[in-house]
Amino acid sequence: MSEPHELTGWGRTAPTVAATIRSDAAGVPEAVRRAGARGLIARGLGRSYGDPAQNAGGDVLLPVPGPLEVDATAGVVRVAAGTSLHDLMVELLPRGLFLPVTPGTRYVTVGGAIACDVHGKSHHVAGSFGEHVVSLDLVTADGATRTLGPDRDPELFWATVGGMGLTGVITRAELRTIPVETSSMSVTTTRLPDLDAAMAAMRSTDAGFTYSVAWIDTLARGRSMGRSVLSQGEHATRGELAGRAARHPLSPPGRPRLAAPRRLPGGLVRPATVRAFNEAWFHKAPRHRSGEIQSIASFFHPLDGVGAWNRLYGPRGFVQYQCVVPDDAEETMTRIVERISGQGHASFLSVLKRFGPGDPGLLSFPMAGWTLALDLPAHPGLATLLEELDELVVGVGGRVYLAKDARVGPARLREMYPRVDDFLAVRRRVDPARVFRSDLSRRLEL
Amino acid sequence: MINALGQPQTVLLLGGTSDIAQAVVAAWARTCRPHVVLAARPGPRRDRAAARVEELGLSAQVVDFDAERTDEHPDLIASLAQERDIDVALVAFGLLGDEERAWQDHDAAVELARVNYVGAVSVGVCLADVMRRQGHGVIVALSSVAGERVRRSNFVYGSTKAGMDGFYLGLGEALRGSGARVLVVRPGFVHTKMTQGRGPAPLSVTAEQVADAVVKGVARRDDLVWVPTALRGVMSGLRHVPRPLFRRLPL
Repeated sequence: MSEPHELTGWGRTAPTVAATIRSDAAGVPEAVRRAGARGLIARGLGRSYGDPAQNAGGDVLLPVPGPLEVDATAGVVRVAAGTSLHDLMVELLPRGLFLPVTPGTRYVTVGGAIACDVHGKSHHVAGSFGEHVVSLDLVTADGATRTLGPDRDPELFWATVGGMGLTGVITRAELRTIPVETSSMSVTTTRLPDLDAAMAAMRSTDAGFTYSVAWIDTLARGRSMGRSVLSQGEHATRGELAGRAARHPLSPPGRPRLAAPRRLPGGLVRPATVRAFNEAWFHKAPRHRSGEIQSIASFFHPLDGVGAWNRLYGPRGFVQYQCVVPDDAEETMTRIVERISGQGHASFLSVLKRFGPGDPGLLSFPMAGWTLALDLPAHPGLATLLEELDELVVGVGGRVYLAKDARVGPARLREMYPRVDDFLAVRRRVDPARVFRSDLSRRLEL
Repeated sequence: MINALGQPQTVLLLGGTSDIAQAVVAAWARTCRPHVVLAARPGPRRDRAAARVEELGLSAQVVDFDAERTDEHPDLIASLAQERDIDVALVAFGLLGDEERAWQDHDAAVELARVNYVGAVSVGVCLADVMRRQGHGVIVALSSVAGERVRRSNFVYGSTKAGMDGFYLGLGEALRGSGARVLVVRPGFVHTKMTQGRGPAPLSVTAEQVADAVVKGVARRDDLVWVPTALRGVMSGLRHVPRPLFRRLPL
């Protein structure tokens, strides 16, 4: 069962058409064997901003949720790769379990989270998603299912973690969980007047929190450049809860109640509206407050409250620029924020976070240092600014995140990811005919 | 692939020696580094065009192409697409000819029709075929305002452009849902070597302005652009001018 579909990433840019196939784990080897000349790629819930889950003229395998098995004593969960983190949390939380790494949205699949080696607010403590995978099943180009883990064919495992789906189709994974007493968070919020203060605060206080991220106003200039609201937290204990939350300490996250309308014009996200929003948001935040109780959903996934919020950017879509620079390149991060605020491109609350060390993933994004992520309306004029930012990032040995990227070229990628050749060697070993292809792999010559 | 900011990685120029084709490449070279396939008749003009592309720091590949030899088009375009995806194909060839000779000299009239219309239809069909298989790609058809309402002063040229314009607009509709797209570009009078020696018309533009419109139109995923944009209003007025009056306009 396949039919042509126009697909884009979350940024709704660069649409291409592929034949979509829906198949559960049992049907994947057959779909892989039948892939045509333009290959096949697995798609999750389409939350990557760019083109990794598109395959122009080829096949795209859509996710199918499957059985889920929780082993509470071992603290692990075995899931079908097509399961969303939302569905997984709905099962885990009532049992007092949670995932050690959750990205900014629950609407990604387990397979996608591994293929992008996603990270979250806990990166400085817990690392990225791939570090909590005990094992995974991968259907490779020959149609065989291989079980991999950090101790079973580690080379292929670490090419698959962060490998953007180009080593095969992940069909199942066993993940480590962490115990939690409640589904609430105890949150400390600190308003910081500029970038230096924000970075200093993260340097000095991050170690005291499992979760930490700063929302940064990249439109503020002058003395307020880089002003931020730092949000840090821990899982709340039962003793911290009162009222309704105390009576239902382990309630799962809900579905979004609002959704953006289907057809919105372009131009809603423009410097004037964004500036006003950022201004209001900064001043709404308390100077310093600790012990505030928030739900898991509002602490980790504030944007999941509005369905399809990507439509706010109108028909031309948007790009997210997420880069990381090493720890000692604070000055470069300052120059990056300067460059962005100087241009006055409309960017809603951007995110600044301090990463812990990276993992062995050959194409994994995180490295010890500073990461900045911002959304920008797609516009041809953006190319020059982003090229300049790339230049700064590469100059200090940093990189951009492939799950967000929709625009760099093959040469730039090789400057950013020194282990590309190792990745390609693994790819030649397991997929010599290049069955697994995507728009991203064509764009980046992977 | 064409990335999120509308930057292509491979551009095929059919009629690669034209001033507009060269200006389009120069415009892209300012923001990205596409591989350029220059399809044109062999000769010093093509050599010079290829040299200019390389001066821009881009990789240039030349292939033999003659708009009139339509029987060669399917293999040529299929083999190029086999080598690498064609992200953007610019249909930039065309003859202007001598207006008065064009309707009185049989050979001249047929040549204009063959190059400007038959040749354009021929490559359009071939490009549509490979781009549908690719599931992406943009065909940029360089039409002309002369085809919007054909006038006495250059009606042979105008009629060929009217035909190719209609063909490519229709092709764009036919390709909806396939991932491939068509962008029809309708410039007014363009200062190029093709129009050298002719008095400029009002709202005339340079090849660079047309190139900017192409680059922007591809990025914005437009179907139709006028260069300059004001021409759209002017032409929609002219379209409805009664014939006796239209005849007397100095166009």
